[in-house]
Amino acid sequence: MTVTSVPSGAPIPGTAGQGQRLQLLRVLGPGHVWALGVGIVLVGEYMGWNFSVGKGGMIAGLVACWLAGLLYTCVAMIDSEVTSTVAAAGGQYAQAKHIVGPLMAFNVGLFLVMAYTMLEAANAITIGFLLDTVAGLQGHEGLNQQPFIILTVMFLAWLNYRGVLATLTFNLVITAIAFLAIIILFVAVQLGASAVPLEFSAVTTDPLPYGWLGIIAALHFGLWYYLGIEGTCQAAEEVRSPARSLPYGTMAGIMTLLIAATLTWYVCSGLIPWEYLGQAGTPLFDAARVTGSTPLMVLLFVGTIFSTLASANGCINDASRAWFSMGRDRYLPIWFGAVHPKYRTPYRSIVFLVPIALIFALGAPLDQVVTFSILSGLLGYTFMTFNMVMFRRKWPLGTIKRGYVHPFHPLPAILLLAICSATYFAVLLGYGSQLISMMCFYILASLWFHFWRYRFVRRGDQFTMPWPRPIGY
Amino acid sequence: MAYQPPRQGLAAQIIDVAVLLVMTVGALYLPLYLGLAGAAKNPQPIDNPTWEALGQNAAEQAQWQALGITDPAAANDIITARFDYSFSWAALIIMAVLVIGYFVLVVRLSDKEYREVIDERFGGQ
Repeated sequence: MTVTSVPSGAPIPGTAGQGQRLQLLRVLGPGHVWALGVGIVLVGEYMGWNFSVGKGGMIAGLVACWLAGLLYTCVAMIDSEVTSTVAAAGGQYAQAKHIVGPLMAFNVGLFLVMAYTMLEAANAITIGFLLDTVAGLQGHEGLNQQPFIILTVMFLAWLNYRGVLATLTFNLVITAIAFLAIIILFVAVQLGASAVPLEFSAVTTDPLPYGWLGIIAALHFGLWYYLGIEGTCQAAEEVRSPARSLPYGTMAGIMTLLIAATLTWYVCSGLIPWEYLGQAGTPLFDAARVTGSTPLMVLLFVGTIFSTLASANGCINDASRAWFSMGRDRYLPIWFGAVHPKYRTPYRSIVFLVPIALIFALGAPLDQVVTFSILSGLLGYTFMTFNMVMFRRKWPLGTIKRGYVHPFHPLPAILLLAICSATYFAVLLGYGSQLISMMCFYILASLWFHFWRYRFVRRGDQFTMPWPRPIGY
Repeated sequence: MAYQPPRQGLAAQIIDVAVLLVMTVGALYLPLYLGLAGAAKNPQPIDNPTWEALGQNAAEQAQWQALGITDPAAANDIITARFDYSFSWAALIIMAVLVIGYFVLVVRLSDKEYREVIDERFGGQ
């Protein structure tokens, strides 16, 4: 379906002034939702997750993988209910606006933008690192990574600028190839294609080098296996049938990722010494190197490139939607709320976020950038816990039409809060200064919004769902 | 009567964006730039390293070699590096106060704004 324009009371400079607001195109199906979610996250199997092995050892890495999987299952359950009911661009941002209030929505918008922009930067760093590694293997040491990092970010920003359907169709194809590469590596190794056998003796000889504390510490990077799956909600305004496509695409996505994460841990832990694995830049590609099989190396090289491209692509898509939504609601200067007159994309937001991604991609180490992304994600998951409880209290079941009702409420929210609390502690172990600087940033930004920026916000426009008055207000 | 927000000029919009940018880069990038951030993983290399002394069995040695590291001395730092997980209770309390305090602050101020939104949206219904 192609939506051209609808009446609105809030004209947006650059697109309107004529009293009309251009809307995003409703062209996406459940497959695109799956591709958006898995596409953003699958790179977590190709890089970053392995730092959890470095923080706690092999067993801790596996426990973190499953505990984080549990956390994200709760996230997917909660998100599916709320997003299938609050189907608007911005995902959790729109949820916060309708359920908690404008300041919370502003913060959630920032969580999304920061988490995805930092993830995009991490992807660009990985592409540069991988090309450098491959160039080194070919005898060309010291490749300058920076042009490749810049090129990656610029190319994907251009693709996003040109249109969402092309962007996510591109993601669908390259995500499927990257997922298939993990399956092929696993099967090939099981069938004896590796010159070096799988070796798990460290599981018994050195199971927990940091003791039980290592398991908690590993949770920090365990989130990286799945971080960003909640990004499916960002496309709520661009899917043809939000109530059906969003829960279906999100739940299929988390199941895909649970399988991919376990296979990845198994192959990498069996082929790479845990001390090396804990600090590797491209673990799946390294696992393929250990097999000694050139076709597997080529396949995992392609898989790593495709997964990072798909992830960065989805991140630009999601971060720009969140930034755009905040501009449209005047939480940020309204200039950002413009839709491209021809491509129907939030083009100003896409372009604006490019230099921010580049600042971190070109100037910060991978583990730091990953940590910033994880921390913003973690704050977002914490928000989801009380958001879910408030949602059910303000509009109990039966008072509004829900696209999906998740079972066992409030158990998923309580479990999610418990795992989030453990993960804050995990981040404190080794990365406490990042945690404190990030909290200071969000507190400052909140005060700025409440005492300055909120005056530009139209009050009544912040509640657009056709729901009854919330209970207690 | 519905609240009418003031118009914001272009210069003021640019200043708002600049403030956000400075906050973002200042809070996140500055600690990195000043070397205050980061997890210290401290290598504790052993003297005269051999694969056996580093605790690597035959299969693991083959893995290191497949990764291009044939000399145990080159793997010495990687194998012996460990995080320091000692932490102070004061740091833990500061973290808890910051995180909980932040959410309490945001929810309370949001609630104040939310009541205005609901009043305007639903009026006296």
